[in-house]
Amino acid sequence: MAERQPAWFVPALSLVLTVALALLPLPRAISAFRPDWVAVVLLYWSLTAPRRFSLLTAFWMGIVLDTLSGSLLGQHALALLVIVYLAERFHLRIRVFPLSQLGLSVFALLGLYEFILFWIDGVAGRTVPLIERWGPPLTGTLVWLALLAVFDSGRREAHARL
Amino acid sequence: MGARFLLLSLVCFSLMILDYRDQHVERIREALSVVVYPLRLLVDLPFRGWASVRTNFATREALAAENEELKRERLNAEFRLQRLAALETENARLRELLDSQARVGSRALVAEILAVDLDPYRQRFNLNRGLVDGVYEGQALIDAQGIVGQTVRVGPFTAEALLITDADHALPVSVNRNGIRTIAYGTGDTGKLRLPNLTNNADVEVGDLLVSSGLGGVFPAGYPVGRVTEVTRRPDQKFADVWAEPASALDRDREVLLVWNAADEAPRAAETASVAKAKVAGR
Repeated sequence: MAERQPAWFVPALSLVLTVALALLPLPRAISAFRPDWVAVVLLYWSLTAPRRFSLLTAFWMGIVLDTLSGSLLGQHALALLVIVYLAERFHLRIRVFPLSQLGLSVFALLGLYEFILFWIDGVAGRTVPLIERWGPPLTGTLVWLALLAVFDSGRREAHARL
Repeated sequence: MGARFLLLSLVCFSLMILDYRDQHVERIREALSVVVYPLRLLVDLPFRGWASVRTNFATREALAAENEELKRERLNAEFRLQRLAALETENARLRELLDSQARVGSRALVAEILAVDLDPYRQRFNLNRGLVDGVYEGQALIDAQGIVGQTVRVGPFTAEALLITDADHALPVSVNRNGIRTIAYGTGDTGKLRLPNLTNNADVEVGDLLVSSGLGGVFPAGYPVGRVTEVTRRPDQKFADVWAEPASALDRDREVLLVWNAADEAPRAAETASVAKAKVAGR
């Protein structure tokens, strides 16, 4: 784990930008494929620079998302908490995966995130189409891999050796 | 870390349960919505900027043409308004004769839609008006073409509105041609409304105009909702498959009108009065 931890404001700024991205209106046609920006960025930080964010950050980001989207207060917060917890808990194992498996685990985590949201929607009696729920984890994984490729060249070199 | 996780998830669960039961969380939500308001404005800013840039750099000819067209439209509208004034007085007179409650004109306020959306599965949007403007929960929204939706949550400066095509929305309508009453359900698709409660022998045709029936008390009566686009009758089913297309430009609107339904405000006032009376009597 010979990584240099980024200065504190880099992740903080990235999170603010992320929320702005999450709010950005998209054309109807592609809005079903809008990645869960906040989840993706939180996962990026918790896997590449663990302990940089506490679970508390995930919680507050979730509360902000809940307020903005008008979902049940705590819905996004819980989903973010769970995936960040899992990512931080297993980051040592996930980090040594080759790129394909790395992508798969991120996809699984994002899928879990989406599932928790879906599940709470269901319990609360809100109707939501199921089929379109597959879009965000897919695009989210791609974005995550892109983030890794662009910002984490050190890690990429490590992977070249694998 | 495990303990922290458990604690925080517990907080989440209790928040959700409280929120679901509508208890005490509204205050927190209001406070939070004020905190995130700048963020909303920030995201909306480039869109607003782009719109103003476009107006600033529009050519003189384009502006003149637009002006010309607006003038023509206004003339048309005024012509119709004149007739409307006559009809309104006639209607009032007839209603007086029938001894039924007069429909009072309603107040309206223009609200801008903040170019912000989060959840692609729900058709909600935010308005730049809130409690300070007197907006209330369950207030009708219309645009130039017809009914758009209603407010579902009102913060101090912003309000959250639900489109009529949201999958959770239902709207009492009647067929304008013959007055058949039914309910238009949202589908989650901005171009489609579903009318599942019409029987196979109901007199509905493609092209029929649906107007709000005013039942339910949220929406004022008589505003266009949509046009029937598809009617499929299957002999083995009791109910026909009827679909409609919303009249208003749900996915293109930038501005909507918040309507204070006069007939809605009156019972509201009466209700509070009667509650007050009941309280007095209870003592």
